[in-house]
Amino acid sequence: MTDTTPDQTRGPRMPSMSVLGPIIALVVLVIIGAMLNSNFLSAANITNVLARSAFIGIIAVGMTFVITAGGLDLSVGSMAAFIAGLMILVMNAALPSMGIGIPIILLGMVTAIVAGMLAGLLNGFLITTLGIEAFIVTLGSMGIYRSLVTWLADGGTLSLDFGLRTFYRPVYFEGILGVSWPIIVFAVVVIIGEIIMSRSVYGRHCAATGSNEHVAHYSNVNVRRTRLISYAALGILVGIATIMYVPRLGSASASTGVLWELEAIAAVIIGGTVLKGGFGRVWGTVIGVLILSLIGNILNLTDFVSPYLNGAIQGVIIILAVILQRERKAAS
Amino acid sequence: MKYSQTFIAAALATAVSSAAFADGHAVKVVGVSIPAATHGWAGGMNFHAKETVERLEEVYPGLDFVLATASDPGKQVNDIEDMVATRNIDALVVLPFESDPLTPPVQAVADSGAWVTVVDRGLSVAGIEDLYVAGDNKGFGTVSGEYMVSKMPDGGDIVVFRGIPTTIDNERVDSFTAAIEGSGINVLAMEHGNWNRDDSFTVMQDFLSKYPSIDAVWASDDDMAIGVLAAIEAAGRDEIQFVLGGAGMKEMIKRTADGDAMIPANVTYPPSMIATAIELTAVGLTSNAPVSGSFVIGSVLVTQENAMDFYYPDSPF
Repeated sequence: MTDTTPDQTRGPRMPSMSVLGPIIALVVLVIIGAMLNSNFLSAANITNVLARSAFIGIIAVGMTFVITAGGLDLSVGSMAAFIAGLMILVMNAALPSMGIGIPIILLGMVTAIVAGMLAGLLNGFLITTLGIEAFIVTLGSMGIYRSLVTWLADGGTLSLDFGLRTFYRPVYFEGILGVSWPIIVFAVVVIIGEIIMSRSVYGRHCAATGSNEHVAHYSNVNVRRTRLISYAALGILVGIATIMYVPRLGSASASTGVLWELEAIAAVIIGGTVLKGGFGRVWGTVIGVLILSLIGNILNLTDFVSPYLNGAIQGVIIILAVILQRERKAAS
Repeated sequence: MKYSQTFIAAALATAVSSAAFADGHAVKVVGVSIPAATHGWAGGMNFHAKETVERLEEVYPGLDFVLATASDPGKQVNDIEDMVATRNIDALVVLPFESDPLTPPVQAVADSGAWVTVVDRGLSVAGIEDLYVAGDNKGFGTVSGEYMVSKMPDGGDIVVFRGIPTTIDNERVDSFTAAIEGSGINVLAMEHGNWNRDDSFTVMQDFLSKYPSIDAVWASDDDMAIGVLAAIEAAGRDEIQFVLGGAGMKEMIKRTADGDAMIPANVTYPPSMIATAIELTAVGLTSNAPVSGSFVIGSVLVTQENAMDFYYPDSPF
């Protein structure tokens, strides 16, 4: 350690393993996939993988901010299911008066975003103003939203009116120049998220809050507001993910969005964001999301490994990612 | 001291008088313990349980019903213990969440002399229940397999969707495999869709990337069939002749009745079997008709001709 001379850190050098690790893992997965199945790199398969990553991806970008600011949100999966159910109910109820058309789709979208924001603000309020542990608050709201969607659906499935679904369907399956809408929205969210995280005052406030709450407070950072905004933004992003999700199958049930929260958190951690907060990387989260969905995709495309082991492979990658982070901390 | 003694005496007096009241009218209490509506099939089962309890309370003034839904096995054990302790049930109708954890408490109920009816999922120890009402998972697989064979006389390539890895799923898939053996139907791949729309959508997308030509799909469940159909529609693949689901979801039954060529048939695994169980238990408690033994509800092939007989528009499933 003492041999590390200052000019080594100043001059150009290889990026550390915590930066390279996720990228290498992604490249290795792509190479394995391409070798095992010739259809892996086909446009259709790439579109499928990117579009299905979009839900978790959009949510994971919001989760990156929450975790960077030292928080956690376990409720996003149930929240997505609840918002999807609510959106379907509102659109079905408005159908007789509004008819099928752009306005009713916009009504559904506004419902999703407003509901997401309110749900996020509620989590944020309980955590910041009442000072309850984020883990406990969101564990509670996770159960509440999951029960609410089961109750709304009467234990069954809420389905969007068939005509409406046909009209709304292109939002998941079509797009511009062959790039489908979920991929476009995911890309826009990532670009905005990356700019805010690495270039804006708010991004620095998140890192400061997560790094050391008291120091941030004395440095004139409004810790409470920073955290509250991160939860509200995550809620809005859950709403946006739901807008992309509902047109796919046109239904929501108690099994919608199960374990999305853990996939989103895993993606954030694989991408190099520190679980304890203080450092976040939006582009890393994107790589984390792609790694997780590529594992599932490759296992489905080959008969190489039993799909029972999907979770085990994801688990190994998550643990490896954290080991790489620890090495970086030890080195610094 | 004196107050508390008075209180206990009063409480005892109340307890004795209410017990006497119950005996006087000879009201028998039937406890019904089922898993909560966490997925479509369970939602339908909850619906039929509530409907049956409401109807039977009218039909049999001498019976009182207690219905409890549990979201996990632990809660179900508590529910059953509460029923015994506070309601002194004369009969228990139980659809166990899981076999192992529910076996000891149900055995305790049986040992106390109450009638026990077990539905669908058997207990780990044989001979506890007086009546066993269940669906036919092997028959479900066999009927599905035989239908595939009759629909594809020249054979063909199919993909198979499996449920959550359980005994139920294994029994279904094993009988299906046995039924299509030697028919020229070739199973390209089997994968777990976990009885879930989203999972089966993803798996079907990947199957479509992997195989350039698929003749038919055994989705084995209507929720999975919905995900499969959405993936086929999105990919615009028209070589796939049909998708066979199962369990008889009302939307899918309706499409079969309407003559949808992609969904020509269904195979039942009725959630209303809970109604059969409650009804038979009530008959056993109130009449001399013997109802002990086991009652297996066959899985029936539903086609366009008989679909409306299996269509329950009010049920959530």
